[in-house]
Amino acid sequence: MTTPAPTSTTANNSTRPLRVGVLGLQGAYTEHLYMLQRLGQTVPVEACIVKTAAELDPAQIDALIIPGGESTAMALVAERSGCLDALREFVHKQPTWGTCAGMILLSTTATQTKQGGQNLLGALDITVQRNAFGKQTESFIAPLTIDGIAPADQPFEGIFIRAPIVEVAGPHVQVIGKVDGDHGLQHGERIVAVRQGHLLGTSFHPELTKDLRVHAYFVQMAREALGL
Amino acid sequence: MPFNTPANLTAHDDAAAEQKRAQEFTLKAGLAQNLKGGVIMDVINAEQARIAEEAGAVAVMALERVPADIRKDGGVARMSDPKMIKEIQAAVTIPVMAKVRIGHPVEAQILQHIGIDYIDESEVLTPADDVHHIDKHAFKVPYVCGCRNLGEALRRINEGAAMIRTKGEAGTGNVVEAVRHARQLFQDIRRAQTMTPDELYNFAKEIGAPYDLLKQTAKLGRLPVVTFSAGGVATPADAALMMQLGMDGVFVGSGIFKSGDPMKRAKAIVQAVTHFNDPKVLAEVSEDLGEAMVGINIDTLPESQKFAKRGW
Repeated sequence: MTTPAPTSTTANNSTRPLRVGVLGLQGAYTEHLYMLQRLGQTVPVEACIVKTAAELDPAQIDALIIPGGESTAMALVAERSGCLDALREFVHKQPTWGTCAGMILLSTTATQTKQGGQNLLGALDITVQRNAFGKQTESFIAPLTIDGIAPADQPFEGIFIRAPIVEVAGPHVQVIGKVDGDHGLQHGERIVAVRQGHLLGTSFHPELTKDLRVHAYFVQMAREALGL
Repeated sequence: MPFNTPANLTAHDDAAAEQKRAQEFTLKAGLAQNLKGGVIMDVINAEQARIAEEAGAVAVMALERVPADIRKDGGVARMSDPKMIKEIQAAVTIPVMAKVRIGHPVEAQILQHIGIDYIDESEVLTPADDVHHIDKHAFKVPYVCGCRNLGEALRRINEGAAMIRTKGEAGTGNVVEAVRHARQLFQDIRRAQTMTPDELYNFAKEIGAPYDLLKQTAKLGRLPVVTFSAGGVATPADAALMMQLGMDGVFVGSGIFKSGDPMKRAKAIVQAVTHFNDPKVLAEVSEDLGEAMVGINIDTLPESQKFAKRGW
């Protein structure tokens, strides 16, 4: 950050930038990187792409974003790249946000997965239904109200692309956003944004918009979780 | 970027239509953004589609014959049987793409109706129109189209393509044309970036590209949509080469299922695309893959059998 570090060696280190890694195995990861770089102009945050177990080190990055992409492909590549265990360990302790496929990976249970199922990180206590709205022609954009992020008079542009929904949220999971109306196979209110302590999950893609509010929320949430 | 007509010059008002179109394009281009860093594999049946999904493909391209067989069999190559495409859709959870002939919107309407996730208006099939491409804005389903250079890419984007792939020479197992088209595309973009505004107007005319899109491309330093490589990738090293050249991801057609051990090769190519800059991983995954697709030297290919020159 451009802000000079305090000269005093004690106390105030609140300007230390939060170091966010974006998991770069597959998917829309550079989009998250560019969003964090833009956010970094006003908020102390630094971002980098991580691809290996060695890079998933809390000594190097404070928090992680798992981007949208194909969750099956991402899980298989993670396993074969030898970083599945490091990922599991990281997300159980450090602040992590999963968007779309990333939320599926973070979950404890996923339905409508490929034959034989898929690897999950099992940290966020939700049951996720993959491709819940249908095929690509059912993808849609809808205005969302999200607790602590987007009030009803300033909704967030929710971009849902072959998106999952949260079918069941566990007792410690806070539902912070729902989508309403008729969208493909879904009718009525469906959970699309959740928070559980140091974990955040969204069905939609804030990284495909120019709206920094969810990224700013995640950075703030991560700082609080880490006591920074 | 539509032309800014002065307000109320006419009674016409299409702001709402423009906004709807912009939103639809966000969804079309957004799916391609989610596919970045991935491998899209040609498959001809449900069994191959399952192998592709297990290998880590981000999507499959459903077609009746892989390009190598289209080349061998000759005759007119058309859209695949919707029944076969539906079987593939039922077998996997990843996006399913399928090809239509250049300039054949009815084949595309059929594919949109059966819920295909992406349409490839492809030179690999026999063109149905030797002048026009499909008006891709008219569809809800997104399109990927092939290009050999910047002019061709921007014409396709202007028609509504939400994703571009370089053409290469499909079904040859020879990466040389894929490299040629990637280099040409990036050279064209770098040239555009050095031009003054007056030169850029002329360049747009020379390469047959819409000026606004060309200007946007020069500003961004890349195509304004996700850009994959296609046509000739046969090994993990080939795939990593295309990524190092600057591609966002890779299509592999005949290279996988025309090889000795498709599952192993497919997995290796997926790893190579993620870790394209890591020679250690590339060395590991390149080991003991069995026989690669035999391949064809482009020099020996008669002009009439070059797919890449189809498209206008």
